[in-house]
Amino acid sequence: MKARVFVTLKSGILDPQGKAIEGALRSLGVSGVASVRQGKVFDIEIEGADRAGAEAALKNAAEKLLANTVIENFRVEVTG
Amino acid sequence: MRSAVLVFPGINRERDMARALRLVSGREPAMVWHAETVLPTGTDLVVIPGGFSYGDYLRCGAIAARAPIMDAVRGFAQKGGLVLAICNGFQIACEAGLLPGVLMRNAQLRFICRDVYLRVERSDTAFTRGYNAGQVIRVPVAHGEGNYIADGETIARLEGEGRVVFRYSAPDGMIDPYWNHNGAINAIAGIVNERGNVLGMMPHPENHVEASMGRTDGRGLFAGLVDHFKEAA
Repeated sequence: MKARVFVTLKSGILDPQGKAIEGALRSLGVSGVASVRQGKVFDIEIEGADRAGAEAALKNAAEKLLANTVIENFRVEVTG
Repeated sequence: MRSAVLVFPGINRERDMARALRLVSGREPAMVWHAETVLPTGTDLVVIPGGFSYGDYLRCGAIAARAPIMDAVRGFAQKGGLVLAICNGFQIACEAGLLPGVLMRNAQLRFICRDVYLRVERSDTAFTRGYNAGQVIRVPVAHGEGNYIADGETIARLEGEGRVVFRYSAPDGMIDPYWNHNGAINAIAGIVNERGNVLGMMPHPENHVEASMGRTDGRGLFAGLVDHFKEAA
């Protein structure tokens, strides 16, 4: 099964990299960008065809390693 | 004092640390590979040194924190063993749950490689008994992710319990944003856990322990530890 795990900063956590990207977009003339926050995407292929099992396994993976839950949130999307 | 220095792939400060330990304690430390599952018998002090373990992949210290040896280190710390976590070691300790909070990217986004001034907040820990409370020492830093962050509740607890051991300061000890190069909350440079047996700090005291290094301000940390173990023996 294919899945995506999205890891993003919790709101309230400062993201200077996001701010730097915001500034760079502005310099490039991309107008109207109010804010940017940078996150991560993990594309994961997991064995088996059990959707619920895959979600549970990836939730565990995210909590244990992929996300630092002190500062990050995560979302698991099993796409099939 | 029997020390064990952990070595993960990508760590690069283990030899500086071994040299400092050898110079100050008179004893060669054990170098412990990350894939080991036990610490050497009779280990007094575990040191997690600096560098770029696993290339800082995923997050600084994230992968090292999950290496086999870390279960042994956690057990050691739980029994009251002393753990000194420096720079990448501090990041690893936070990721491993030995210390609260997280080290994030320096606020001004630049890698900082320079000497900084640290105010020693208390002298009643095994790590800082070689200094006086309020003393200012000068030690090098070299990091891109030294910005100590934790939620309000954690910071309040750290401060309330006196667990902030080192703060970035001016040469005269004043705390001022100008002297807080990485933007860490409350200029926090080093903290201890609840029990006081695990210390994490971003700067490198091991690089200021002999005259040829220019300064010896860092020596007190190691000398204090040696005294601690002499007394305990």
